[in-house]
Amino acid sequence: MDRRQFLKTTALTLATGAGALAAPHIVRAQSGPIRIGLMAPQTGVVAAGGREIIDGFTLFWENAGSRVGDRSVELVIEDDASNPDTALQKARRLVEQAKVHFLFGNLLANTGLAVANYVKDNGTPYFIPVIAADDLTQRSRIKNVIRAGGYSASQFSRPLADWALKQGYKKIATISQDYTFGHEQCGGFAQTFTEGGGAIVGQFWHPLNTSDFSPYLGQISGLAPDAVFAMETGADSSRLIQQYASFGLKGQIPMLGAQNATDQSVIRTLGPECEGIVTSAHFAEGADLPATRAFVKTYSGKFSKIPSLYAFSHYVGAMWVAKAINRIGGKVEDRNLLLETVLKTDLPDSPLGKPVRFDDYGNPIYDVFIRKVVKNKDGKFWNVPIETYPQVSQFWKYDPKTYLKQPPYSRDFQGIKKT
Amino acid sequence: MAAPISQAATPTYETRRRPSRVAAWIVLITVALIALPLVLPSYQVSIATQILIFGVLAMSIDVLAGYGGRTSLGHGAIFGASTYVVIYWTSVLGGGIWTGIALGILCTTLLAAVFALLAIRTSGVYFLLLTLALGMIVWGLCLRWTSVTGGENGLRGIGRPDLIADHISFYYAVLLVVVPVTWAMWRFVHSPFGLTLRGIRDSESRMRGLGYNVPLHLFIAFVASGFFAGVAGALYALFNNFVSPSTVQLSQSVAALLMAITGGVGTLLGSFVGATLIISLENAVSVFTARWPTVLGLTFVLIMIFAPEGVVGRARILLSQRRKRQSSRALH
Repeated sequence: MDRRQFLKTTALTLATGAGALAAPHIVRAQSGPIRIGLMAPQTGVVAAGGREIIDGFTLFWENAGSRVGDRSVELVIEDDASNPDTALQKARRLVEQAKVHFLFGNLLANTGLAVANYVKDNGTPYFIPVIAADDLTQRSRIKNVIRAGGYSASQFSRPLADWALKQGYKKIATISQDYTFGHEQCGGFAQTFTEGGGAIVGQFWHPLNTSDFSPYLGQISGLAPDAVFAMETGADSSRLIQQYASFGLKGQIPMLGAQNATDQSVIRTLGPECEGIVTSAHFAEGADLPATRAFVKTYSGKFSKIPSLYAFSHYVGAMWVAKAINRIGGKVEDRNLLLETVLKTDLPDSPLGKPVRFDDYGNPIYDVFIRKVVKNKDGKFWNVPIETYPQVSQFWKYDPKTYLKQPPYSRDFQGIKKT
Repeated sequence: MAAPISQAATPTYETRRRPSRVAAWIVLITVALIALPLVLPSYQVSIATQILIFGVLAMSIDVLAGYGGRTSLGHGAIFGASTYVVIYWTSVLGGGIWTGIALGILCTTLLAAVFALLAIRTSGVYFLLLTLALGMIVWGLCLRWTSVTGGENGLRGIGRPDLIADHISFYYAVLLVVVPVTWAMWRFVHSPFGLTLRGIRDSESRMRGLGYNVPLHLFIAFVASGFFAGVAGALYALFNNFVSPSTVQLSQSVAALLMAITGGVGTLLGSFVGATLIISLENAVSVFTARWPTVLGLTFVLIMIFAPEGVVGRARILLSQRRKRQSSRALH
């Protein structure tokens, strides 16, 4: 073989080789797996909740046979360590290295806000079933951040305030964790309650991880309110409910709460002291609705515990996005199409038991249950709906445009109507 | 009393080294650093950028710990304060990014001066605890002063200027800052002033007896170290584009201190080795297991048992032992 001939054959072989290698690559771009990045805290202060996020999310995909829109699904799960800096780093890794098509998850508001700020610049769709910070779907809305299966913090405490007014409560004291999520949940309650003619007689803010609630409980009983509104999460909630009972306030002053206060993650470790607390949420594990019953049965069968907020929100979120992906035939590469379709997709058959849809700001409109903690036939405590507020949006009964003109809730601004 | 600061520099091991070999190493490392983004995928470039930034923070701790004998647990707070100022200035007040950076560094230098005034008269575990407490104050302030710092939710930045928006150009921009800053710190600790610091580290009473103004030296060292931590913090603001109390919390100070210790306290450049080890380990291990903090913890335990001088410190000892052996062999 002379030199010229050698060059020719080599070039030809290389060209065919490159072509052969490139061809399936092009095909793969459309029919390869859909890669989903899930971020959940597996270490740090909220690691237990993170575990349930992963359980709920993977349960959906297992049931769906890890396929959607005629493509297989590949989950990439990362630990955000309950820390916004780590969450940011993991989001970067998922988007830039693992090349996921969209992101899901996070539990703490600050981790979600950090990731939201990151995806704002690169347009990666990001679904947040737990992150409740009001402004993400209000004043600082980001187009590609959608609360599939999630809710904004002040959304559910408003119907509860309305319900409280109907019970004839006139004076209510609030006790809440002192951070934005607490300010927003309390704000929603305080604004609706005072605008309806009630009075907030005292607001107590305690730092996260308070072990002794006695100073607050003493002051609350001194105010003699008609009811107490408690905004608590995790261990704080268990401690408050226990101490509320041991101080003898249970039975004297009724306790209302934001949904996390009596979430399964809290009350599954508690006894009769949690019985009778009234909260509001888009989901009640004890609801007598076929879809809810089926979901609770599957989940309890697999993980031997009743699903918590973290688990079902992620299950519903996954279901919602999966339905949209089916509608667009698996074309998740087209981000705008995906986002638009998700926003236009209604979910009639989710474990929530009631149909749900999105408002114009990427936040779902739910039928909100007023729920009461009761003992079920297995002797476990769970939340059972006692009343339903249909079609509650994050703006309650306000016009979105006027509502958005008021400042976001904070310690200083609780929307309390001056009398 | 004016301290006789300038003393003739005694020859140290650095100056004993063959200059040609040192120059070769410098050239090699520079070329490697410049070529890095060309061979690494874009995500790894951002990790490299992070390593550079945390390397500077760890070095700023090493200036105090390795040369002044004062181990600080408040540098995470100083670093994060700079990040807060930069992001607050650009996103809340709408100011320019460059002014923001200058302000961030200025504010943290002032903050470091306040820290220094309170802390320099102590040493050992008291210094450790005092800086820890001061750091916790900054953290508490960032957490509770919601109207300014955004509380738990933190502040979101406005993004980098277009010129350095992508990972690669930002990496070069950071490199462009880190190299002179590193050189400045190197000069700082190897100056007569740095030698005095080492004297203070080894025997405070003797230095005082010789007529040195010990508190003044420590004060200046602390402020300088705070300045460098502030530079790192300002770069971090550009890098992360987000700040929350977790940036100023204790674990940030501890992480940076661990980087300095892993690399080798008193080796200055070891900080980069420590930062590289810890950050890449974090990233690599967390892909495989959710138990990555355990793996990290075990690594620290192993390093403390087998190389308490840190990686670079250990390497230096091994090298000098080998040299000794060679020279003794040459004599026989």
